[in-house]
Amino acid sequence: MRTYNVTHLNQLESESIYVLRETAAQFERPCLLFSGGKDSIVMAHLAAKAFAPAKAPFNFLHVDTGHNFPETIEFRDRFVKKLGVQLVVGSVQDSIERGTAQEETGPDASRNGLQSVTLLESIEREGFDACLGGGRRDEEKARAKERFFSHRDAFGQWDPKNQRPELWNLFNGRMGPGENFRIFPLSNWTEMDIWQYARLEEIDLPSLYFAHEREVFERNGSLLAVSEFVVPRDGENPSKETVRFRTIGDATCTGAVRSKASSLDEVIQEVAASRVTERGSRSDDRRSEAAMEDRKKQGYF
Amino acid sequence: MTEDKNYLEMDLLRFTTAGSVDDGKSTLVGRLFYDTKSIFEDQLEAIERSSKQHGDENVNLALLTDGLRAEREQGITIDVAYRYFATPKRKFIIADTPGHIQYTRNMVTGASTANLALILVDARKGVIEQTKRHAFIADLLGIKHVAVCINKMDLVDYEQSPYEQILKDFGDFASRLDHVTELTFVPISALKGDNVVERSENMPWYKGPSLLYHLETVYVGSDANHVDARFPVQWVIRPHSDEHHDFRGFAGRVAGGVFKPGDEVTVLPSGFSTRIKKILMADKELEEAYNPLSVTITLEDEIDVSRGDMLVKPNNQPNVDQNLDAMLCWFSSSKKLVAGTKYLLRHTSKDVQAIVTEVLYKVDVNTLRKSEDDRELGMNDIGRVTLRVSQPLFFDTYRRNRNTGSFILADAFTNETLAAGMMR
Repeated sequence: MRTYNVTHLNQLESESIYVLRETAAQFERPCLLFSGGKDSIVMAHLAAKAFAPAKAPFNFLHVDTGHNFPETIEFRDRFVKKLGVQLVVGSVQDSIERGTAQEETGPDASRNGLQSVTLLESIEREGFDACLGGGRRDEEKARAKERFFSHRDAFGQWDPKNQRPELWNLFNGRMGPGENFRIFPLSNWTEMDIWQYARLEEIDLPSLYFAHEREVFERNGSLLAVSEFVVPRDGENPSKETVRFRTIGDATCTGAVRSKASSLDEVIQEVAASRVTERGSRSDDRRSEAAMEDRKKQGYF
Repeated sequence: MTEDKNYLEMDLLRFTTAGSVDDGKSTLVGRLFYDTKSIFEDQLEAIERSSKQHGDENVNLALLTDGLRAEREQGITIDVAYRYFATPKRKFIIADTPGHIQYTRNMVTGASTANLALILVDARKGVIEQTKRHAFIADLLGIKHVAVCINKMDLVDYEQSPYEQILKDFGDFASRLDHVTELTFVPISALKGDNVVERSENMPWYKGPSLLYHLETVYVGSDANHVDARFPVQWVIRPHSDEHHDFRGFAGRVAGGVFKPGDEVTVLPSGFSTRIKKILMADKELEEAYNPLSVTITLEDEIDVSRGDMLVKPNNQPNVDQNLDAMLCWFSSSKKLVAGTKYLLRHTSKDVQAIVTEVLYKVDVNTLRKSEDDRELGMNDIGRVTLRVSQPLFFDTYRRNRNTGSFILADAFTNETLAAGMMR
């Protein structure tokens, strides 16, 4: 008897492409949230495949905290140019200057939470009715219950107790005026799937993900990189180490890991052996047990 | 290095678990994660901290899945949680759903995408109402593989007789399940780990595999329909570039059957026929496409095709009708089903308006009895209805094809998803 096996990566790919096409079909002006991190790169790669040989019918939106690793911005600009898509940048700095967002104070101040303000402002300014995000359900427990098509009210809020049931692959993207959707094509991917798929498809990733030498120091259990935004305090002794990043977010809250993995094959081996999740190195999730849920309710990605 | 490339061959199993806290469902999921090294240290530390805060003596593995603040506060699972783990053979997606009767809609949701249902039975209690409810819902949603885990075997001294009794009781009842083609019973102790990952030495009378081995090897490759070719068009690709000026590709996910270049296809609803020129995945040409692959199909002739249309084979066409007969599961907590109300219906890539013309009967999910006296469908109710839609749909029975036999109803005013339907 003929068998029809489909590998797990092919299944995930097909599912994501289906969701991306559904987004294009159900919304007037969808955008793709592009951070320059591996998840958004894989999502953009899938978007390019979904609509080939045409261009993906999405504007790319980068919510920029201003606290980036320079490598991320370089990569972003190169990537967007290659795909030939339109990039819109929403700047947290602009929101702060306009007075719609206020910079956190205190020793662990971060602009991470402020991204929600800038995101909602960008959505309104550009008239986006849906934002594609690279969020995965395995990342964090509040995300484990997130839908592919996640409805947000006119204030951009997520109501976890009142989500639309999602069955089969029938997605309900209908909404009232002023409301919008966050859409997560990578919902069912794990960190490992992302790395494996990047390897399989030979997707180019920023150099930050691979072992390199960098000035780092420890703070609250995270290995932070010294930069113009992150300055060691008294008693924090920076040293040069061989590290890489498992996630790339705002430079102020993204921790590095000591690693010698310099290729995707080595990264895959390392992640397989790792006993800590990738978010274990992100201080934004450690603020409280429900930190992610609270941020999402306020309109976070 | 070859061993490291296993993942290029790995496949995927989606399964659903239903049960209440007492069944040890969370303990079982926790055990599978723990023993396959899918729990990470920081996650374990986080739930240890949290368990202490909530005053639990043992590490409460339920906290791994119950992530929302309200769930932790109330100690209940509100919603379907999706969880992931992998072994070198397979990747697993668990749709973890609460088992109480008021969560029927969550069980239905979790079951809708699953290949296998894992049903937990307490060895001391045997087959109870909840067991039957879970089995009924798994069957209704077209799940072909059911694994019954007879849990807490340690509490019945690993004796064979409670296991045999459950086999018998469940077997009597399982003859009424239509879709289920494979029923497996595994005696386990989720707490002690017996027969979960490794075969247990405490139950020499049991000759079957461990639960994980079963999950790793159960064959689901032929579950999808590979007979009736169905391709709902999702999106039309028309590049506005000089290079691809004449390109017109029809993008979608194969919902059934097998398509090959050269195949004759008929477009519904127009009825025009032509041949498939190419099947594309980005810049790669494929020799064939089947469910669940997302592809782009180009045709030999230029004919009008748009979203909501369906490509089929001329000699194997779906039902085309405006009158439908379906099982309906009602989800909305705010509105009950009202016959005659205009709803929005989504089926494959098509949106139409729909009116429920009649509720034929309601099913009691505990006794599985059909009631013609009570025909009111509210939240968590399941019933058989007839509908009339504003345009003909191209469909198969749900039993024959999950993709072309399923639909959802949404409210025309609030846009809320109200119900899920399965064509009969």
